[in-house]
Amino acid sequence: MSRQVAILLILVLWLSSALSGCVALPALAPEQTAASPTTAAKPMPVPPAQAPAAGELILATTTSTQDSGLLDVILPDFEKEFGVKVNVIAVGTGQAIKLGEDGNADVLLVHARAKEDAFMVAGHGTRREDVMYNDFVIVGPQSDPAGIKGMTDAPAALKKIADARAPFISRGDDSGTHTKEKSIWQAAGVEPVGDWYISAGQGMGAVLTMANEQLAYTLSDRATYLARTLEGTDLVIVTEGDPLLFNPYGVIAVNPAKGPQIKADLANTFIDWLISLPTQEKIAQFGVDNFGAPLFTPDSALWRAAHPQ
Amino acid sequence: MEIVTLSLRVSGTALLFSTVIGIPLGVGLGLSRFLGRRLVIALLYTGMGFPPVVVGLFVYLMLSRSGPLGGLHSPLIPALFTPAAMVVAQCIIAFPLVAGFTMAAVMGVDPQLRQQVLSLGATRRQAALTVLMEARVGVVVSIIAGFGSIISEVGAVMMVGGNIEHRTRVLTTAIVLETRKGTFDLAIALSVVLLALSFLTNVLMLRLQGRTFDE
Repeated sequence: MSRQVAILLILVLWLSSALSGCVALPALAPEQTAASPTTAAKPMPVPPAQAPAAGELILATTTSTQDSGLLDVILPDFEKEFGVKVNVIAVGTGQAIKLGEDGNADVLLVHARAKEDAFMVAGHGTRREDVMYNDFVIVGPQSDPAGIKGMTDAPAALKKIADARAPFISRGDDSGTHTKEKSIWQAAGVEPVGDWYISAGQGMGAVLTMANEQLAYTLSDRATYLARTLEGTDLVIVTEGDPLLFNPYGVIAVNPAKGPQIKADLANTFIDWLISLPTQEKIAQFGVDNFGAPLFTPDSALWRAAHPQ
Repeated sequence: MEIVTLSLRVSGTALLFSTVIGIPLGVGLGLSRFLGRRLVIALLYTGMGFPPVVVGLFVYLMLSRSGPLGGLHSPLIPALFTPAAMVVAQCIIAFPLVAGFTMAAVMGVDPQLRQQVLSLGATRRQAALTVLMEARVGVVVSIIAGFGSIISEVGAVMMVGGNIEHRTRVLTTAIVLETRKGTFDLAIALSVVLLALSFLTNVLMLRLQGRTFDE
């Protein structure tokens, strides 16, 4: 009997120490990065010993590029052309930027301009380029309990949802979409609190599923919403077209000063490829077959130069 | 704090149901012999290894607005994205573990004990209880295993509960969210709370059987 106890106790202790060991690791990371901004300002060459032998690139991006299927379409070209494997980590913009800050990713593809600029100012990144944009839409149930169908004024639409106390599901995860949503509430002068305001803390795909299930409103990027219509959803677009709903994506190379694991050369190659005209053309074509309209609008400097408006 | 309370409430309720279902099932399977017993045991062992996300998906599809149970709109069927739905999913995860370990513990008891008790005039029910008492250490382990599997589970509660703030956010889903947000400090703090909770519960359960262990 006592042996059983001993074994159990050892197991419990071992497990808890092993687990706490795991969670302690990220705790160290912020301290390391806290020190780096001072050195980050000057560009540091990658040590030759650390030149990437195997071609693997870690791309931290938002769930929308992954959930919409864009990456599945464009990345294979890059991988084939350069013999590089791109490992995609699709998370909220908040975490994607944190991954960059901690030196856990080589390239970021995100959409939260204010946070991107802060990232660059802090010296975490060496290069930022415009890539493309899409827009946000407010989607909701066909019954439209708040009566906002057809509106083009996003803050006014949200205000009507709040007045009607119609269920609204928020991403609640500090993502680019959540940041955008908060800015629209602010523009509407409404503090969203109450039973009707559901903070889900999940990705766009999960929130759309939840809104469909609960017959609620939510703010979604158009790409993820359109991709969802293919699988069947009862949600319809109720408000679109407000300039506030504009959603630009940027690509950022993480500062190689963060550590020898950062593949700065590959990251630059990736950015050059992403903003090149052939790739931009491919982005412009993405979704046309399925939806009859593009999901993203290319917007790199090269593209703008080639297609003056 | 509300997150901790909800975690304990959901997993505690689920554990209660799992115990009520799992222990009689384990004792029954351990003591009786019937046609198809091997099949039931094989199914039970499969259940012990159910991936929580698969359970989550199954419960989700069942309770969904367009699913077979959710479509009934019966007040007896829990709605998706409620604590009750999370309890259902966690029960399905935990009860095979409770039943499986209980069965193993019961089968490990000397079969002569049951014969003796029966020959002394005990009813089958009393005999089963005697065997269960004899196997109590194993039974406690089964309950600990069941609790451990659900308090630390994230896939099913995320899918079925939805991680809604103030409503269905529990420790594990909060850790996932904070990690996604990049707020590692909070994620680590929540992890420590979860580990401490898990450890304390196990210690408590072991204490319940303290006498036996000291023998």
